[in-house]
Amino acid sequence: MSHETNARDPGDVGPGFMDAAELTAREGIARYVIGFVLACALTAASFYVLNTSLIWGPGIPVALVVLAIAQMGVHLVFFLHITTAPDNTNNVLALAFGVLIVALVIGGSLWIMDHLNENMMPMHQMMQMQR
Amino acid sequence: MSATDTSFDRATDPYRVGHGREWLSAGAGRGYVHATGHGEGGPASKRVIVGYGFWIFLLSDIVMFSAFFAAHAVLQTATAGGPSGRELFNWWSIVLQTFLLLVSSFTCGLSAVATEARSQLWTQLALLVTGLLGVGFLALEGRDFAGMVLQGAGPDRSAFLSSLFAVVGLHGLHVSAGLLWLGTMMAQIFVKGFRADILRRMVCFNLFWHALDIIWVALFTIVYLIGLGR
Repeated sequence: MSHETNARDPGDVGPGFMDAAELTAREGIARYVIGFVLACALTAASFYVLNTSLIWGPGIPVALVVLAIAQMGVHLVFFLHITTAPDNTNNVLALAFGVLIVALVIGGSLWIMDHLNENMMPMHQMMQMQR
Repeated sequence: MSATDTSFDRATDPYRVGHGREWLSAGAGRGYVHATGHGEGGPASKRVIVGYGFWIFLLSDIVMFSAFFAAHAVLQTATAGGPSGRELFNWWSIVLQTFLLLVSSFTCGLSAVATEARSQLWTQLALLVTGLLGVGFLALEGRDFAGMVLQGAGPDRSAFLSSLFAVVGLHGLHVSAGLLWLGTMMAQIFVKGFRADILRRMVCFNLFWHALDIIWVALFTIVYLIGLGR
C-alpha cells in the first residue's frame, strides 16, 4: 500500500478533516469543547423558549427554527470542520446545493399544502355531497 | 506572473480564490500548478476523495430526510380525532434523548482527536462511550414508541402519527446502523491498527455520527418542540 499515505493533500481538504489547521490534540479537544458548550446553550435556549412568555406566542415556532439553524451551523463548523477557507470550496458548494434542495422540498410542500387546505371544501360539506 | 510563483500560501489557498485566472493560464501552458485538478497537480489524494464522496452521500441522505420532514410538517395537525403531540410527548424523555445524542456527538469528536494522536486506548474509550450513549438514546426512543403504541396511538391511528413514526423511526434506524458501524470500527482499529484504509473509514464514521445529530436538531425542533405547541 505504498500509494496510501496519510500525507496532506496540497489542494483540497475533505469534510471532517482537521489537518488543515495542524492542531495539537489539546487544540483539537478545545475546538470540540467550544462546539459542545455552544450546542448545549442553543439546545437549552430551545427548550426554554417553548415555555416562555418572553416571546409573543405565534412567534415561538419562528424562534425555534432560528435556534435550530444556528445549532446546525455550530455543528457544521465545530464538529464537521466545514470552513469558508478556499480549500473547503468544494465541500461548501455541495452543502449549498443540499440546502437548496432541502429548502425547496420543505418550503414547497408547506406552501402548496397550505394553499390546498385553504381551497379545500370543508369536510362536512363533502360528506353531504356524497350522500 | 510566473507559474512557479510561491508568494501565495498553497496549503490554505490552492486556487487563489478572487485573484483572477491569469495565474492559471500562465501555469497551464507549462503544466506546473500545485492545485489539485490543475496542471500537474493531479487528482486529489484517496483520503480527500473518500471524505468528499461520503459528504455527498450524507447530503443526499439529508435530502431524503427532508421529504419525511415535509410530510410530517404538512400532517402535523391531521390527528383524525386521535391524540395530538401535546398529549403524547414526554418532555423529559425528549430533553434526555437530545442531550444523550449531543454528548455522544462530542465524545465521537474526541475519538477523532484520539485517532489523530494515534492513541489506541483513548480512541477505544471515546468510541465505547459514544456507543453506550447511542444505546441509551435508542432505549429511550424505543420506550416512548412502545408507550405510544400501548396507548393505542400507533402509526395506524392518524396521518399525524404515521408521519411521526416514519420520520423518528427513520432517524432511529440510522442510529442503529451507526451503532453497528461503531462496533465494527472498534474491532477494526483494535485488530488492524491505524492503517490508512482504517483511518479513512474513521473519518467517514465521524461524519456520519455528527450528521445524525444535525438531523436530530431538526427533528426535536420540528417534530417535538413545535409539535408540543400545536
